[in-house]
Amino acid sequence: MPASLWPSWAEMLRFLPEIILTVAGTLIMMLEPVLGSRSRRGLGQFALAGLSAALAAAVVADGSPGPAFSNMLVVDGFATFFRVLVLAVGILTVCSSYPYLNREGASSGEYWALLLFSITGQCVMASANELIMVFIGIEISSISSYVLAGYLRDDKRANEAALKYFLLGSFATAFLLYGIALVYGAAKSTNLAVVRAAVEKGEAPLLLVGIAAALMFVGFAFKVSGAPFQMWAPDVYQGAPAPVSAFLSAGPKAAAFAVFLRVFMTAFQGVSDRWAPVVWISALLSMSIGNFAALRQSNLKRMLAYSSIAHAGYVLVAMAARSQSGSAAVMFYLAAYALMNMGAFAVVAHVAGKGERYVEIQDLAGLAQRQPLTAAALAVFLLSLIGVPLTGGFFGKFYIFKAALESRLIWLAVLGLLNSAVAAYYYLRILVVMYMEEPGEVTNGLGPLPLGLKAALAMPVVGLLVLGIFPSGLLDYAVKSAKFW
Amino acid sequence: MQHLWLIPVLPLLGFLLNGLFGRRLAKGAVTAIALGSVLLSFAWVVKTLVGLGALETAYIERYFTWFQSGDLRVGADLSVDRLTAVMLLVVTGVGSLIHIYAVGYMTHEGGYYRFFAYLNLFMFFMLVLVLGANFLLLFVGWEGVGLCSYLLIGFYFLKKSATDAGKKAFIVNRIGDFGFSLAMLLIVITFGSLDFGAVFPAAASKPESTLTLIGLLLLLGACGKSAQAPLYVWLPDAMEGPTPVSALIHAATMVTAGVYMVARSSAIYLHAHAAQEMVAYIGLGTAVFAATIGLAQNDIKKVFAYSTVSQLGYMFLGLGAGAFSAGIFHLVTHAFFKALLFLGAGSVIHALEGEQDLRHMGGLRTRIPVTFWTLACAWVAIAGIPPFAGFHSKDAILLAAHHHAPWMYWVGVLTAAMTAFYVSRAMFLAFFGEPRGHHHPHESPPVMTAPLAVLALLSLAGGFLDVPKFLEPLFPLSEGAHDFALVAISVVAGLAGIGLAALFYVVKPGLADAVANALGGLYTLVYNKYFVDELYDAAVVRPVETGSREALWKGVDAGLIDGAANGVASIARATGGLLRLIQSGNIRSYATWVVFGSILVLVAIGLVGGGAR
Repeated sequence: MPASLWPSWAEMLRFLPEIILTVAGTLIMMLEPVLGSRSRRGLGQFALAGLSAALAAAVVADGSPGPAFSNMLVVDGFATFFRVLVLAVGILTVCSSYPYLNREGASSGEYWALLLFSITGQCVMASANELIMVFIGIEISSISSYVLAGYLRDDKRANEAALKYFLLGSFATAFLLYGIALVYGAAKSTNLAVVRAAVEKGEAPLLLVGIAAALMFVGFAFKVSGAPFQMWAPDVYQGAPAPVSAFLSAGPKAAAFAVFLRVFMTAFQGVSDRWAPVVWISALLSMSIGNFAALRQSNLKRMLAYSSIAHAGYVLVAMAARSQSGSAAVMFYLAAYALMNMGAFAVVAHVAGKGERYVEIQDLAGLAQRQPLTAAALAVFLLSLIGVPLTGGFFGKFYIFKAALESRLIWLAVLGLLNSAVAAYYYLRILVVMYMEEPGEVTNGLGPLPLGLKAALAMPVVGLLVLGIFPSGLLDYAVKSAKFW
Repeated sequence: MQHLWLIPVLPLLGFLLNGLFGRRLAKGAVTAIALGSVLLSFAWVVKTLVGLGALETAYIERYFTWFQSGDLRVGADLSVDRLTAVMLLVVTGVGSLIHIYAVGYMTHEGGYYRFFAYLNLFMFFMLVLVLGANFLLLFVGWEGVGLCSYLLIGFYFLKKSATDAGKKAFIVNRIGDFGFSLAMLLIVITFGSLDFGAVFPAAASKPESTLTLIGLLLLLGACGKSAQAPLYVWLPDAMEGPTPVSALIHAATMVTAGVYMVARSSAIYLHAHAAQEMVAYIGLGTAVFAATIGLAQNDIKKVFAYSTVSQLGYMFLGLGAGAFSAGIFHLVTHAFFKALLFLGAGSVIHALEGEQDLRHMGGLRTRIPVTFWTLACAWVAIAGIPPFAGFHSKDAILLAAHHHAPWMYWVGVLTAAMTAFYVSRAMFLAFFGEPRGHHHPHESPPVMTAPLAVLALLSLAGGFLDVPKFLEPLFPLSEGAHDFALVAISVVAGLAGIGLAALFYVVKPGLADAVANALGGLYTLVYNKYFVDELYDAAVVRPVETGSREALWKGVDAGLIDGAANGVASIARATGGLLRLIQSGNIRSYATWVVFGSILVLVAIGLVGGGAR
């Protein structure tokens, strides 16, 4: 126990990003009623400023790593990586949401506040060192996300999406909580390091630990939309507003993978022979279900949803490797994936038009002729999703399958590569429609790209090309940080 | 420093300039940028090669560390050795000629700047492919040229067949790329490096089984890119692209990337006997198979496309028989005469305002004489008539094949006879006899005929470039004696092919139809390309489509767990009200799935995995 209950300044500094986000979110809620309708529009910029400040704080906090709040949280390279990632996702979300909400006439402070709270939760997840904090982080993140999914109150689809997400999400959280309870029962602690030591010394009954791992696996697999717990994703991503779908597919998913990885590589490291085969099967199922179901979709958002299931499958392949390079591959891939998926959804948000009427693949016909730069950006995202060299997606896949082969997961690597060959087909369909068809009614009536969306497209394009041409920087950091012992 | 990087970067600049500003530039400026960048690149290649002199060992320029992960370091390194030198000259040399030709050919087409931007981008990736000093850079070029190829095949995107052909090329090549990526990963695991300079010297000390696996996977990649059986199906369809594209990408350069890659990896194949044997079988099989299809095609470009597939098969036969230099030699001469055949065909099509069907041509010899005489040079070159280009390289391959296994030589000779026959058939149908169309043919402008003349010269005399001798430091010449009888037999086979075609299509024009009728089913089979496309469609494409629709989408997605095949909102719209929604059964079935899945996971992790204590 620490000498004093009051945390030291160093600890406060490590927790600064979360503090900034919470304060900013609360301020937005309090300011909104007192502001005039014109200055209310500035709340989006305020949220952007809050996120940028938190991002800076997260980078600064990396300079003084260590635990905080009686070991509840820990700032290490791994935590910083994911904190920066979810904050960047947040910034991109603000950029694409701002014009979207204006178009829908639904701009309001609570949207930004919810977004900030959700990201706070994800930051907590990234730095959680304790199962209780894992749970709290997931809940903060999820509950805000449920509301965000149903943010457009008058939209039936969004309502349905939110409700499904909420009901099933709560269901999955219950599994998680059961798992945590069992861990506590078995190891007499919820601290990850203590649990790990208890399991390795044989103090915790293995059967109980195994069951706890299974229950927590269910909870995490649900959050990352890994098979067989993926079924909510297509409905939710299709129904939610496009910028929210983008956010859900990148931020909460990355944070969930962060805790998934941290918990299973530390607390359940001792029983990894038991869970590895399950991750193996889940990876294969996710890739296959995601890719083959995506082949048949004509709705862009639904297709991207299935593709995100498939990509969760690739990440699970790296997790199944159970190695440092596997964990680093998970991190690198999630970063690249966040960029390309956010970008793709931003284009969808742009083309969809008011009320998201145009979300069919066919609606993109001739985009290359009407808005060549928008089309070029989407082409970069799609090529990265396919895994073509000189984009971040290529190196992501390269590291994942390299890690899998190093851990002798030969069949999983082969099946994964075959899967990514299949996946090329449905991304290609979009490219063909965009570049090789005459502009249709939708693309002809398309307005100019608003500033926010320009930023939401330009940043991921640059990021993906940098990751594709100079991947070393990020990868080195990931490898260095992917140590859990 | 020779500044090798300039060689690929020049066309890249051309691409950027034309791609970004081409829409606003005058046509002359677009032309100047596109041609200038490629010609400068060619000049730089020549200057570099002169500067490097004898080039006994590889010359490498290292720019920066591309990435490092653990012990694996991959650099942005370019290297030139004699093999690269040959490839560079072919790519930039023939590439420049085709660019010049394209200026004339595309002048009336829409999207002029777009076309040249893509073409320059292609040159960039192709040059990266041959200059790269490691497998990863090779792969970058490999994927890049593929991408440009799809863009250019689908260039006439208003034609649905063109778009479909582009898609087909993409999909089929993904299968090959799957092999290549897996091979690359295996190389990383086995050798701990992707550098040619580190991998190949170490090959001798690695287990043969691993090397065989790597070799076979690389071969799968090569089969995709170089259109070998069973992945050749995309190339004939790729003829939907503009003719200069067919000449540059689908005859002279890109499709030979697989040949280059296998030759580059010769150290691996030399220690992987089974894989090398497989290269020979695939090559020979493709050569003879595609040649038979070529016998009965009526579209002039399709004839040459199957001919390309068949000639690439020859190159693989050479590689597989251990005569790597002979394979590369044929790559070079083939680049000359096949580019010429395509460009000549383009000139014919240009003259006839888009007509591609041989049955509607005829008598063009006197109408477009320059085209005819230049094409005639390609004709004698591909038919293997001494002393023209094709004779030398084909001979080198056939002799190596005989040394390897005599029966392969005989099949090769048979293919040579068929090759001579189908090219002669195309020539006779197009240029001899009475005109069968209602066209007023006009000769192409000098900007198109001048490249034809240069290529004609190369097709006639290119065989005297002793490529195998030049490549000797890399690929030791095989000892097999220059058997005069074997050479004579293959020449006679070529002459017989020409003679038979003359008999069928000039002397007794009715004979061809009579023979076709007499053969009946066999002719139908060949005419329809052995129904391979239909077979693939029925065996692969349709099952995947139906499978994903019926089993995965309707079954897993829509039926079992969604219950709303028409999208999410249908239920909400029909019933309204959130309460009804909860009861719609939809969510209950999702929840059922969660429980079901959880039980499986519980059993797997909690109870089964490892013994409980």
